[in-house]
Amino acid sequence: MATPTNTASRVSGLSGATPARRLGPGGRRRQGLRRRKTITPYLFLIAPVALLVVFTYVPVVNMFGYSVTSWNGLSPSKEFIGADNYIEIATRPELFGVLRVSLYYIGASVIQIVLALYFATVLSFNVRFRNFFKGIIFFPYLINGVAIAMVFLYFFEPGGTLDSTLNAIGLGDLSRQWLGDPGTINYSLAGTSLWRYLGLNFVLFLGAIQSIPAQLYEAAEIDGANRWHQFRFLILPGIRPIVGLSCILAISGSLSVFEIPYIMTGGANGSETFVTQTVFMAFKAYKVGLASAMAVVLLLIILLITWVQRRVVPDEKVNLS
Amino acid sequence: MKKYGIAGTALALLLALAGCGGDDEGGTDGAISGEITVLTQRTDIVNTVFQDYKKKFEAKYPGTSVKFEAITDYEGEVRIRMNTKEYGDVLLIPNSVTDDLLSTFFEPLGTVDELKDKYRFVRNEKILDGKVYGLALTGNAQGFVYNKKVWQQAGITAPPKTPAEFLAALTAIKDKTDAIPLYTNYKDGWPLSQWESFRGVVSGDPDAAIKLAKDDAPWAPGKEHHVIDSLLFDIVQQGLTEPDPTTTNWEQSKGMIGTGKVATMMLGSWSIVQMQDAATNKADIGYLPFPMQPNGKFHTVMAGDYKNAININSKNKATARAWIDWFTDESNYAVDQGGISALVSQPMPSTLADLTAANTEFIELSPPPKGEEGLADKIGNAAEIALNDGKYRQRIVDAARGGEERDQGRDLRRPQQEVVGRQIQDQVSG
Repeated sequence: MATPTNTASRVSGLSGATPARRLGPGGRRRQGLRRRKTITPYLFLIAPVALLVVFTYVPVVNMFGYSVTSWNGLSPSKEFIGADNYIEIATRPELFGVLRVSLYYIGASVIQIVLALYFATVLSFNVRFRNFFKGIIFFPYLINGVAIAMVFLYFFEPGGTLDSTLNAIGLGDLSRQWLGDPGTINYSLAGTSLWRYLGLNFVLFLGAIQSIPAQLYEAAEIDGANRWHQFRFLILPGIRPIVGLSCILAISGSLSVFEIPYIMTGGANGSETFVTQTVFMAFKAYKVGLASAMAVVLLLIILLITWVQRRVVPDEKVNLS
Repeated sequence: MKKYGIAGTALALLLALAGCGGDDEGGTDGAISGEITVLTQRTDIVNTVFQDYKKKFEAKYPGTSVKFEAITDYEGEVRIRMNTKEYGDVLLIPNSVTDDLLSTFFEPLGTVDELKDKYRFVRNEKILDGKVYGLALTGNAQGFVYNKKVWQQAGITAPPKTPAEFLAALTAIKDKTDAIPLYTNYKDGWPLSQWESFRGVVSGDPDAAIKLAKDDAPWAPGKEHHVIDSLLFDIVQQGLTEPDPTTTNWEQSKGMIGTGKVATMMLGSWSIVQMQDAATNKADIGYLPFPMQPNGKFHTVMAGDYKNAININSKNKATARAWIDWFTDESNYAVDQGGISALVSQPMPSTLADLTAANTEFIELSPPPKGEEGLADKIGNAAEIALNDGKYRQRIVDAARGGEERDQGRDLRRPQQEVVGRQIQDQVSG
């Protein structure tokens, strides 16, 4: 916590000093100042860029390195085997079979985006207890993923919260083994994911909606537009870039689902996703090389899908005012 | 100098990051003094029982100090840490370290010939080229922990002798009592991995592990893995386990067997003490041998639990060695935990009285031939079956419940067998 305060005081110190120097007549001084001005932003960048390089790019480069070896994660020797791991991935359909599980999460994220859009629109107008509802919807996103997984384990267990609730409202017949039944487990997990990430989409949409100038609503109302018209012709076009971004995040998120199935079921009972399978390869079957190659493949798939989405829905500048 | 302020902060931050792995100098080889770090998996007693050990050890060797590092996910975390040099001075050898890598990471503690008269579990476990790399904390026998009262209520008083009898007993429990006949602890995964420790128990053959590595069809009828996995499959398929395995709870399961809500669980003998602690009456908890009588007798395999070893990069090997010797010889850890002591001179623990009463033969598996250390596990990993990981048996449970493998044909074991057979050929020929 100390660092930001320090930086802040240094920033104000610098800007405080600058006007005084600007009064000075000497050309050299001015040159020095210009140089300092060009250097300063880069100095600010050193720390974040260093963190990014050390904790993101170096590991990714290493991962590419591992993916062409048969390393087991421990042995000091890493035998180079070229593209064998990639060939293995391409020739083993069962490795991709688990991507079918991602469809459940894609389905859930469609519902998630629609719901988030609905709530964001409703709560951007003057509604009673609006801040309270905003809080409730955003709150799940703030909770640690592990805690959510634990809570939902109790929620789904036989005789747990969900079953009790269903009993209480007379729908006890609906209760079943939410996680034990291979037919429902992925719906249950995708539902958990929906509950958790709804808040993020909601806040993104809400922020975007609120950036639409207020006089446009007034003008629309004068023209006789009802709420639906306002949404259809004002809000939705106004926040299109954010909706597009949310879709990309939702798809890539659905392909790389990890923590909810990993913590709640460990990928058992047919809830295995591509990433839990990769973790199994790396840390249970000790095929770090193959797992790295799988991670690379997933990265490429996500990049490809993002690129396609970008082509289909180009990022246009929105100008409403 | 103000303009260097920010750059300086950034630099300092970088240096701080780079300097994270600082060296701490301990004593030199030979003298028993200085600080050692001991990694342990016992997060539950590191602040109680282990502090007591620390005091006694430091009193015996003045000038030493022992620091514990308790790790919850011991297997997962330590293996990754072993890619650096900083993995404590004394640590437990992770199960996933195949024997051929022992000399890369650990200091030898002596030859098998030197140690075998004094210690159990040094003939065949964690050895490479006749050298011993770890001393067991404690040892276990294998079987089923059960609630005697529930079994008696169902009218079963003698240990079942065949898998069929065992199934009949569980069925009787289901019919005559309210208890869950067998609790799998499926959700946590590792309790299911315990089933693999019946390797050698089913056949009563000390060479079971060696033969497994050479077997092209370990799931053929009559073979050990067929017997073990069929028993689990049948138990689950006949509905003799908890209704929803995906929401089992390990901590709760102890109380459930203690109070008779659960009748049986498959766990190593280390679990007996924990189950007794959770029971209303300690005498309710008993231990059953695997329902198989090769050569007309029950068998159980004695095997060492985690083994203490010295980090080959340790700067204080003398003190590390002193700790391992003290821990094995004098701490009384094994007896306190109800396990089999690594010391040959210590008698069998009272927790195994049930096995002795059932006239069970205790065997130790034979050491693998030179060059085949850890071969069976390597083949398992290559085939992605990872026999010692719970996931493999989770799939059997899923299949028995009509889950994951439903669409891919009835016999779950067949495709795996083919894969393993192929892998073995690769291993042997390449």
